[in-house]
Amino acid sequence: MNLSLSIQADDFNLQDEYQRLLESDNLSGAIVTFVGRVRDLSVDKKIAGLFLEYYPGMTEKALDNILQEAAKRFRINAARIIHRVGQLNGLDQIVFVGVTSVHREDAFAAAEFIMDYLKNQAPFWKKEITESGDSWVETKDKDKKLFERWGEK
Amino acid sequence: MIKVLFFASLRERLGVDKIEFIVDTPLSVMDLRLAIIKQHPAWESELTKKNLLIAVNKEQSHIESLIHTGDEVAFFPPVTGG
Repeated sequence: MNLSLSIQADDFNLQDEYQRLLESDNLSGAIVTFVGRVRDLSVDKKIAGLFLEYYPGMTEKALDNILQEAAKRFRINAARIIHRVGQLNGLDQIVFVGVTSVHREDAFAAAEFIMDYLKNQAPFWKKEITESGDSWVETKDKDKKLFERWGEK
Repeated sequence: MIKVLFFASLRERLGVDKIEFIVDTPLSVMDLRLAIIKQHPAWESELTKKNLLIAVNKEQSHIESLIHTGDEVAFFPPVTGG
């Protein structure tokens, strides 16, 4: 099992991350990768940028717990999370999740599980910077529903 | 001594990211919160918001969790990463 995470200000390169997953084992017939980007529009507001705050020490723990839980629930061989912090611009890459598995079902499911958990459990906070001022992003009911469908730990 | 941290919108509204609090331990997060509010009455509405999350020593916790001297307690709003 190859679980890893990175919280970083720098951008990431999908090809490098894919290569890293390929090289982490030779048992996996399925590799799922997800990249989340900063939207540049939110309810008609033009977003100039985003500031990502986190809780150093706790955020790493929370992401590690999510990876461990994914490894318990799904038959995966490797999983990696990258989350960026600090100042970001519209359409920047913000989050990466990559999972490998023998078959696609577990790889797809684990990637979704990791994102749903991350959105609800990992201490990150987004502040939108717009022409009319800054505002902290509110949680969405949709994200809570997506999280709850996985049931209790 | 207990280290108390605030994050994101809560940190901005209180205007402080960290306080060090001297109080008899062990005590629950709820009692710690009461003691903080006693010292900072203006913070009451912020610190009693229903959706506020709590961590003790960087682990997700709740209002009944017990805290001891040297612990780090954090209060923060619902998370919005990803």
